[in-house]
Amino acid sequence: MKPALAVVPLALAFALTFAGCGGEADSAVDQGGARPGEKPAYGDTLIESLTGNISGLIPNVLSDAASFEVGSMLYNGLVSRDKDLNMIGELAESWTFSQDCLNLTFNLRRNVRWHDGRPFTAADVVFTYETMIHPKTPTAYREDFKAVTEVAAPDPYTLRVRYKQPYAKALQSWGLWMLPAHLLEPYVREGRLREAPQNRTNPVGTGAYRFGEWKPGEKVVLVANPDYFEGRPYISRVVYRIIPSQATIFLELKARGVDSAGLTALQFKRQTEYPAFRKAYHKYEYPANAYTYLGFNLKDPRFADRRVRQAIAHAINKRELIEGVLLGLGREATGPYKPGTWAYNPNVRTYPYDMAKARALLAAAGWTETNGDGVLIKNGQPFTFELLTNQGNDERKKVAEIVQASLKELGIQVDIRVIEWASLLKEYIKKRRFEAIILGWGIGLDPDQYEIWHSSKTGPDELNHISYANPEVDALLEQGRTSCRQAERKKSYDRLQAILAEDQPLVFLYFRDALPVVSSRVRGIVPAPNGIRYNFNEWYVPPDLQRYTAG
Amino acid sequence: MLRYALRRLLLAVPLLIGITFVSFVVIHLAPGTPGEVQTGDLSIQSDREVQKLLMELYDLDKPLHVQYGKWLTRLVRFDFGRSFSPDARPVLQKIGERLPITLLLNIVEMLIIIALAVPIGVLSATRQYSAFDKVTTVFVFVGFATPDFWLALLLMILFGVQLGWLPISGLRSLNWEYLSFWRQQGDFASHLVLPILVATFGGLAGFSRYMRQSMLEVIRQDYVQSARAKGLAERVVIGKHALRNAMLPIVTVLGLSLPGLIGGSVIVESIFAIPGMGQLMVQAVFERDYPVIMGNLVIVSTLTLGANLLADVTYGLVDPRIRVSARRGRR
Repeated sequence: MKPALAVVPLALAFALTFAGCGGEADSAVDQGGARPGEKPAYGDTLIESLTGNISGLIPNVLSDAASFEVGSMLYNGLVSRDKDLNMIGELAESWTFSQDCLNLTFNLRRNVRWHDGRPFTAADVVFTYETMIHPKTPTAYREDFKAVTEVAAPDPYTLRVRYKQPYAKALQSWGLWMLPAHLLEPYVREGRLREAPQNRTNPVGTGAYRFGEWKPGEKVVLVANPDYFEGRPYISRVVYRIIPSQATIFLELKARGVDSAGLTALQFKRQTEYPAFRKAYHKYEYPANAYTYLGFNLKDPRFADRRVRQAIAHAINKRELIEGVLLGLGREATGPYKPGTWAYNPNVRTYPYDMAKARALLAAAGWTETNGDGVLIKNGQPFTFELLTNQGNDERKKVAEIVQASLKELGIQVDIRVIEWASLLKEYIKKRRFEAIILGWGIGLDPDQYEIWHSSKTGPDELNHISYANPEVDALLEQGRTSCRQAERKKSYDRLQAILAEDQPLVFLYFRDALPVVSSRVRGIVPAPNGIRYNFNEWYVPPDLQRYTAG
Repeated sequence: MLRYALRRLLLAVPLLIGITFVSFVVIHLAPGTPGEVQTGDLSIQSDREVQKLLMELYDLDKPLHVQYGKWLTRLVRFDFGRSFSPDARPVLQKIGERLPITLLLNIVEMLIIIALAVPIGVLSATRQYSAFDKVTTVFVFVGFATPDFWLALLLMILFGVQLGWLPISGLRSLNWEYLSFWRQQGDFASHLVLPILVATFGGLAGFSRYMRQSMLEVIRQDYVQSARAKGLAERVVIGKHALRNAMLPIVTVLGLSLPGLIGGSVIVESIFAIPGMGQLMVQAVFERDYPVIMGNLVIVSTLTLGANLLADVTYGLVDPRIRVSARRGRR
């Protein structure tokens, strides 16, 4: 009997040990994705933070990021993007392009209601279009609709749009927030859209969340829309706390006063690795839609020579740059498109760190002698230039310093100058009074970058401020934006990237990672090329973990 | 006294107009217009048409004196106009939302500073160069030199994150609406503790040094010695006779800080996420929101002129020597 009894506590200890192991394995895998077999639950409140006050509740006539974030919860567009950045229907069920890309027809969903109960129809879409092109509407997003010649609604659930020539961004432009005609029509007609009550106290959209409350400067509260056409979102309320200081947001995160925030590389890697934080939050990383670059003023004869630009590209160790400035949380950029997007071309010339090659290229460009300080000279002129960047961006300052050190080794002397943003823009960039700059470009979801690279866009207020002019690139940009077939456009953009890599009008440095952090009680988060917020309506908190259940 | 006050009041009106005109011109000298700010500068879709539209909407395409004239005629009807920012709300409404909390914070801070600075100043003066004097001197100077935001962050980490005793930012908890009345007041108060602490620590130096200096001068006066010679207790000598005279400069300083009560520290407000006047004004300047800037200016100028007048009159009331000499002067 005794030996058999002895087995029982041993077996128990055995079982308990493995139970513990099982638990650990679960939590290692558990990164916020839905637990298998668990049903999503309704409820709870998510507390977000905004660094600026929103300026209104009709995003079409606003321009700040905070208003867009809140507006995107309240309103829908006809189309949206899925997790892989492909276009999917939102208020539209489907759409077709005519063969010549000039006619776009949408079939709209039939069961959509505005937050006040009235049905959403094609008339609202026509109204939104007319609002955007109305001369008295103060919106910065009119551009996309200028290419439209005619918009018609033959029946309440069909929309026909006609373009004067094929416009690649056509489909994307209809992802704009749709506005209710029955409430806003008189204000638009009188040019007083900003004074409408829907901009201040009771916005009416079709979105997954309805407006709850706006205390200016303090918070915005949104509540789940039970009649949302895709079904009620699981999280019942979203509260945006307005906290202007990044430092304070981080502290609130630590004290669990907010449920999600974007972190800097330093915070992500070094300041949030302790057990309590890792237990309370899940950390995500994915490439953000912005790249940092070293731009040259191509009107400067030294930088007009391609070999000089290529030499500089070879002299900068991009891996080291990413390790030093971003603590490794980024990836090299070889061109103006993000890896993972459909337009990205991986087969272009790259510039690995190679000092010898850099020196050879410079020598070929005529920079053969050095003076007493080790700086290259040509025709008695030493190779020095001023590198400008904007104040308030620590990352860019560090990049400038690393570039300075790398180029010193090459024999080029760089002087760094940090200037306040508005002055930098107005006095130096717009007037083309610079030699080189460290700046960044935010890239849109459509690969059309006509405004940045086309030679016609080099005027003082325009975006091609490096003054790049390449006729083949011009042609490719034009081809790319006048087609609506992705395969055709891809050919143009592939060739574009190959030429830009060869030409190096600027040195593409890196794409930084977005580093969001969300409370670990939230499930349903799946990082994808589109980030993590694309499926916010499917996030949920299991009932036993819900924190805020009042109201 | 009355004639003096009336004359000052009458002079205030042209003075106010002059102040507002000069400010109006200076504000418009800053480069950049609200239109440019709103359409974004490097966004791919910045639209010159919108800028032009906004310029017309805000009358910015008209000459400066015309704009000023329009503003002034509205002002005499107490119409401060509408904000240029996209929410287009009336200026008075925007200021009205933010003013109460700023006033509350500033008034409480001022009361605490006076309550602490007066005893500190008096004791430092009467025990000059003692250990107490030296220690408090270092203490207030440290407070003066410490950057607000740094101290704020340290206190937030200590009391908010590590100890969890106080909330980190904001004015109210998220569940404020569901609390009982007394709980609500307690919650509100707990949110104000850290901001007031930070502001007070920095502001203590000024007043306490004034008080100390003023007291030092007074206790050297002959009448203080006479009071002691009369046999009064030291407490009465200092607490009643010396103190009253030493308070005179403080009254002046208090009067002059009155206009400052409606200005908030944008740094403290940003760190603590308090929607006060400081943030409103700084944002208005960045957005070139001229009506809001001018609205604030009018209020501050009026308060400054009023406070100056009040300080002068109060000084005359409090110090009989001024009243008597004025009367003698007239004869």
